[in-house]
Amino acid sequence: MMKTRLMLIASLALMLGGCSRKGTPVLAANFGTALVESSGGKQIGATGIVLAQPVVVQVNDDQGTAVAGAPIIFSGPAGVSFDPAVGTTDSSGQFTTDVQLGGMAGRYQITARTFTKAQKPVELKLEEIALGYQQQVGFQLDDKYCARCHNPESSPERVSNYDNLEVKPHPFTEGDTLNKMSDADLTAIIGHGGPALNKSALMPPYGYTLSKAEIEALISYIRLISDPPYHAAGIAYAQK
Amino acid sequence: MPSSKNTLSSLWQTLFGHPVRAFGVVSLLLLISLAIAPAKNHFSEWRHYQKQYVAMIRNRGEAVTLQRHFESGIHQIWLPSLGVVDRCTTCHVGLKETSLADVSTQPFRRHPVIPHTSDQFGCVMCHRGQGAATTVEEAHRSTLAWEEPLLPAKYVQSSCGQCHRAPLTGTPQLNLGRNLLGRYGCVHCHTIKLADGGVVKPTDDPPSLSHIADKTTREWIYAWLKDPQAYAVTSTMPNFKLSDPDARDISAFLIANSTSIPGDTALETKDAKSVDPTAGASLYGESFCASCHAVQNAAGNVVGGDIGPELTRVGNKVKPEWLRAWLRNPRVYDSGTAMPHYRFTDPQVSLLTTFLGNKTDSDLLANVHLDAATPEQITHGKLLVTEYGCASCHEIGGMKKPDNFAPELTRIGSKSIAQIIFLPGMPHTVPDYIAAKIRQPRSFGSALKMPQYTFSPAQIDALTTALLSLTDRAHDLPRALTVPSHPPSNYQPAGKAGQLMADLACFSCHAINGRGGDMAPDLTWEGSSVQRPWLQAFLKNPGTLRPALIRRMPRFNLSDSDINELTDYIMTVYQTPAFDRDSMPAGGYPPAEVEQGRQLFYSKYTCQSCHIIDTKVDKGYIGPTLTQVGSRLNAAWIYHWLKDPQGMRPGTTEPNRNMNDEDARALTAFLMAQKGSGKQEAKK
Repeated sequence: MMKTRLMLIASLALMLGGCSRKGTPVLAANFGTALVESSGGKQIGATGIVLAQPVVVQVNDDQGTAVAGAPIIFSGPAGVSFDPAVGTTDSSGQFTTDVQLGGMAGRYQITARTFTKAQKPVELKLEEIALGYQQQVGFQLDDKYCARCHNPESSPERVSNYDNLEVKPHPFTEGDTLNKMSDADLTAIIGHGGPALNKSALMPPYGYTLSKAEIEALISYIRLISDPPYHAAGIAYAQK
Repeated sequence: MPSSKNTLSSLWQTLFGHPVRAFGVVSLLLLISLAIAPAKNHFSEWRHYQKQYVAMIRNRGEAVTLQRHFESGIHQIWLPSLGVVDRCTTCHVGLKETSLADVSTQPFRRHPVIPHTSDQFGCVMCHRGQGAATTVEEAHRSTLAWEEPLLPAKYVQSSCGQCHRAPLTGTPQLNLGRNLLGRYGCVHCHTIKLADGGVVKPTDDPPSLSHIADKTTREWIYAWLKDPQAYAVTSTMPNFKLSDPDARDISAFLIANSTSIPGDTALETKDAKSVDPTAGASLYGESFCASCHAVQNAAGNVVGGDIGPELTRVGNKVKPEWLRAWLRNPRVYDSGTAMPHYRFTDPQVSLLTTFLGNKTDSDLLANVHLDAATPEQITHGKLLVTEYGCASCHEIGGMKKPDNFAPELTRIGSKSIAQIIFLPGMPHTVPDYIAAKIRQPRSFGSALKMPQYTFSPAQIDALTTALLSLTDRAHDLPRALTVPSHPPSNYQPAGKAGQLMADLACFSCHAINGRGGDMAPDLTWEGSSVQRPWLQAFLKNPGTLRPALIRRMPRFNLSDSDINELTDYIMTVYQTPAFDRDSMPAGGYPPAEVEQGRQLFYSKYTCQSCHIIDTKVDKGYIGPTLTQVGSRLNAAWIYHWLKDPQGMRPGTTEPNRNMNDEDARALTAFLMAQKGSGKQEAKK
């Protein structure tokens, strides 16, 4: 059952993939000119799991109207799988797929592709995040100690303290600010509080509460979810 | 054929016609055959990977370091005590090279940071597969006679569970799975023995069915049996996929078998003819029923706690006279219920009965029409109840809980695939088998008794993870390696106060000495923490301590003598041995010290991030409001709390500030000066 389905998907992918160079996709009846994300991008999951929300993309034509029956192919790096990976958009012009992330922690860029009438591929790139062991620990610590102030989102079950603070904390996704801080800076401000970096004393020190490994875990989590993505500063080598 | 015969004989002549020539040919053949072994080694898969690795690191900046670390040949981790012989590092050469963080091609990736190293435990302990194999196919997949393929990444947390019995921060999926095993009552039917000799205990509390006719109707039982989730989406009762006659007969038996409890339904109260239609709803809110009970709102979202049953359609289920008796004192019907005995007044009972009785769904029982039960139906119903093992979970009058009703799952994670009957087309692995079995048990045979659960894909993954941790290895590991969970506590407070605490179901929300829930603060050292008058006032009329919380302590309408009993017990028994609560004065601190404390509070320690002292200025929402903390807490408690919050209450979010004695004293003086006014608190 599974095997035949896989083979079917593979052969479909081959057929459609082949069509991008020559000939018209056989399965699709309609074509759009643009591909947009409806939902499901930038999710955070654990390594190897199926993301909680499916990824939904929509094919539009020149006027921005949804196109039903347009071809869609999803592809991603090794380890990422889609259910289904290939198909056509439904009556509302949308295509829904469940995404399973790979076994390594990190950012996974997945690509959705459709074709115009002239067989030109149109691509949409989405990013999903998989937490490994260390980031998972960081996520839990964030949830317990940090999020109440650093996450501005508030719900009746969990009221955010963000608005109550005179100096606003940086949300952990705020890559523009946090990416400029080195790991040593982050360790210092978490361990010794805001004054360690001449910042607000409203940020208390956690160095006597969290262990070294916990602070490292928290930083690895912050680095992974930052937007724009964080690139570790290091020695740059000339490329051959 | 003579020509071919001629060719053969001439070939023979050419090769072996002369003894010297024959010797040469034989030697050559021997040499070639001898060369096969080294050639096979030379062209082996792992050498190919090691060559690739060497080529990869040659161009990197830190090449010299990496080359120095690299050793060619087969690598092996041998840990006799664990039975580990792992050669994975032969191909996975860069596992420990932190500088290879940017490499994303396997087998050269660096291992992500985890609390253990491969030298301690090897690889197979966590990842399964065949550690001794040196080819990709044999090490990773189940080929030929190999039983154990690599564990898919999504189940890898199960491996942590082989040694760690207690929940770990880094394994949320395993923790959830273990929780579900108890919460969905899997272990009522399936025994799971642990290596330390204990068994996994169920944490659900399936109601007794011995007196069910007092509580509900046969029609409701019928509808419930047919589809429990149609009545309550959050119900943990599985669907047994009963046919109409079977559901009819079981409901007939349960009603016929039920005995009445005196005083259970006899209560006669006149319904208060609608004073104010919102009064019932406000009483429901004021009593914080929603802390434990959920209701599905119009948008379909389930809002509320999950300790008690969902109440969305409770009016369809319970008889009003039973509900009245239950609200009056739930312990008459079920002495062990998690529901507190609220001591509602008669008008309050009537208000709530009317309010809850109106929570109905007209569709639920619309199509249920049952004729009077015949004796044959009742007999057949009893047979079905025995066959389906209903008494494994529910207490049913006159029936014994069956032993080992379902297969034991003690070592399910190591089940041999030769013993498993797989469905056509499914992958032949244990994880796939377990997940498929949980997803749709009866797909393995329509005669199977295991019912259909309504698990989400994430819950199925979590349960599979928890079950995969139950391996042979988990049982056979050296005892020194296992990390046990905290032994369950059977703490029972003594005397009259103990009875009161059972009656009020304090343990449903509060933990004391290791027993109880986590919704409300741990009360193990409460006697050292609070002042007696405050505790008395709080029990009489619980005020708001944490403004951001929607779940709060309800008011139980306790009598003064009950309050005194509880207060005496808490103040006397729940004291920490760490310090004497009266060792510091409640007041009379020098104004200079109080002022110094204020400075420290606002400038050095910026406590206003989380706490409120002055309601006009401070906005901190996270910790309790401190406006009247000087009338609530003992000075010695505040002092020791400031020095080490986690030491006083493990798991609290307040960070340890490594405070010196002088600062802690000054802050204590400042906080003890915050007496507030009792009247203000009562008004809130």
